[in-house]
Amino acid sequence: MSGEGTTLQAALGRRTASGGKCLVPYLTGGLPQAPPADWLTTLSAIAGAGADAIEVGVPFSDPVMDGPVIQQASEEALGAGVNPHSLLDRLGSADVGVPLAVMTYANLVFRFGWQRFAETLADSGVAAAILPDVPLEESAPWCSAADAAGVETVMLAAPTGSDERLQAVVERARGFVYAVGLLGVTGERSELASTSRVIARRLRRLTDKPVLVGVGIGSPDQAREVCQDADGVVIGSAVVRTAMATRSPEAVADLVGEFRAALDAG
Amino acid sequence: MGKPGPDGRFGGFGGRFVPETLVPALQELEAAFVEAWADPAFTSELDSLLGSYAGRPSPLTECHRLSEELGVRLLLKREDLNHTGSHKINNVLGQALLARRMGKSRLVAETGAGQHGVATATAAALFGLECDVYMGEVDMARQELNVFRMRLLGARVMPASSGSRTLKDAVNDAMRDWVATVEDSHYCLGSVMGPHPYPWMVREFHRVLGREAESQCRDLLEGGLPDTVVACVGGGSNAAGIFSGFAEHPEVDLVGVEPAGGAAVGHGVPGIVHGMLSYLMQDEWGQVTEAESISAGLDYPGVGPEHSHLAETGRAEYPSVTDDEVVEAFVSLSRTEGIIPALESAHALAWVIRERERLESCTVLVNLSGRGDKDVDQMMGLLGDRL
Repeated sequence: MSGEGTTLQAALGRRTASGGKCLVPYLTGGLPQAPPADWLTTLSAIAGAGADAIEVGVPFSDPVMDGPVIQQASEEALGAGVNPHSLLDRLGSADVGVPLAVMTYANLVFRFGWQRFAETLADSGVAAAILPDVPLEESAPWCSAADAAGVETVMLAAPTGSDERLQAVVERARGFVYAVGLLGVTGERSELASTSRVIARRLRRLTDKPVLVGVGIGSPDQAREVCQDADGVVIGSAVVRTAMATRSPEAVADLVGEFRAALDAG
Repeated sequence: MGKPGPDGRFGGFGGRFVPETLVPALQELEAAFVEAWADPAFTSELDSLLGSYAGRPSPLTECHRLSEELGVRLLLKREDLNHTGSHKINNVLGQALLARRMGKSRLVAETGAGQHGVATATAAALFGLECDVYMGEVDMARQELNVFRMRLLGARVMPASSGSRTLKDAVNDAMRDWVATVEDSHYCLGSVMGPHPYPWMVREFHRVLGREAESQCRDLLEGGLPDTVVACVGGGSNAAGIFSGFAEHPEVDLVGVEPAGGAAVGHGVPGIVHGMLSYLMQDEWGQVTEAESISAGLDYPGVGPEHSHLAETGRAEYPSVTDDEVVEAFVSLSRTEGIIPALESAHALAWVIRERERLESCTVLVNLSGRGDKDVDQMMGLLGDRL
């Protein structure tokens, strides 16, 4: 089932159907902002600035796929006392206006229980999940729970994968295919890695599902460039860095707006 | 102790929980190891290096004075006498040969006490490979000597400054490095942990010490086998090595000794970190908790998946000892036998000393996994005038 009816993929599909490019910013859940604003205010500001969906990080003590910026944000949010239950509870009470995808690591889900976590996401109105340390071979317990609960599982596809492997990954992917833009962990880079457009092209040949490139997309120019081959981008560290530096939902919205404008200008 | 299943699991433990970028590299590594391990040219080159470079076989030493004091016949497998001062060299020579065979030009490693880091830096020097070793900032401070040794050997020591700034965080940083450098680098993981095939491959590279010990016991002991085999467990590589020589003999008890402040099997529950599903110290939400031990090499909240399996099936037991008991054992072996053990290895001795009544008249083989030179500075600060 490649989903017309599924929330995240449908939202991204609407954008691409009209010839647009998808923008999915990431924010670490529970990251302290300047009161009275909090991270939910920032989520709404991101949605209002032209995001098609938002990735919400559920912070983990050992985020092995993340670079320094998101590591620091995770430590800070954990220090502020956030846990998966309270975070999902707050997401459930919020109406951000765009589909949400939770990004977290295997152990938090395993500890919660694969099935209970999937059902809690569904109850909280979260459309999708991204688990960067659960590759295809380990994905069965999670994917069956997520499928049953109606949660879309975004799969990561990396430049190191063979065409055969990429094919298997895109078949299992729901929502969108997360193309890892470079060999490395999350973080901004001064230039767009040449691998970014290559992996996007390889994946586009294999699937009709939206292909979004993430990891290493730090500027509006880089986003526009990679979208010559991709259906959109995920931007994480740039957003989180701004949120930490300013603690201001408006500043984050301004940044997201710049990415939106760059993608719309084509 | 055989092969893991096709899904890289020992019973229900193990697996390959890593970022997608690394999956093809781990598949390639597994294939290369399987091929090399069946290739007589590879194994004979490794055996030759273990002999002429690392100093194998390591002796089996009977502890006459301490045995008498304890009422236990105590034997030590002397991995402390290997080149670089611990069992770690066995695994590192194997992996460095494999890395060369795979055409990799650089080794990345993590280290706790610095023993694996020093061994990796040594192998890198021997083979002319580049070498970067990640080490927690806390550990760099308490193991300054090993930091210098690694630098002297030509390696770069990269401080791990996140989280608890110890071994757990050094593993995270080494994995992050490997995600970025996987095309030309080999991750030389230092214990029987991490994603498949590491727990299996590293145990196979340490099997040599178990095989030697088993054969040395047959020569020395009337019954041919010890009653109990004891080793310390952080990730669990020296324990896996010595257990592998005796696991097929059900009459031999296997004991893995954890530090009280890092008892993954004793106090943990199953969890997923560093690529494996295994026992793990964590909070109610699955956040990994920080281990706290006098020995940097055992300061690890997880444990190799095969140990989780051995614990669950009851084949081995995993008690823990306190830092005070460890210090007592450290002094005791120094004074009765003239052997200064690594603080890690002193955990195994501490258990024997504490359980001497239960072990009365038994023959107990302890894997003395490393020597204590690296710990002398730390112990001087701790014991100082008390001696």
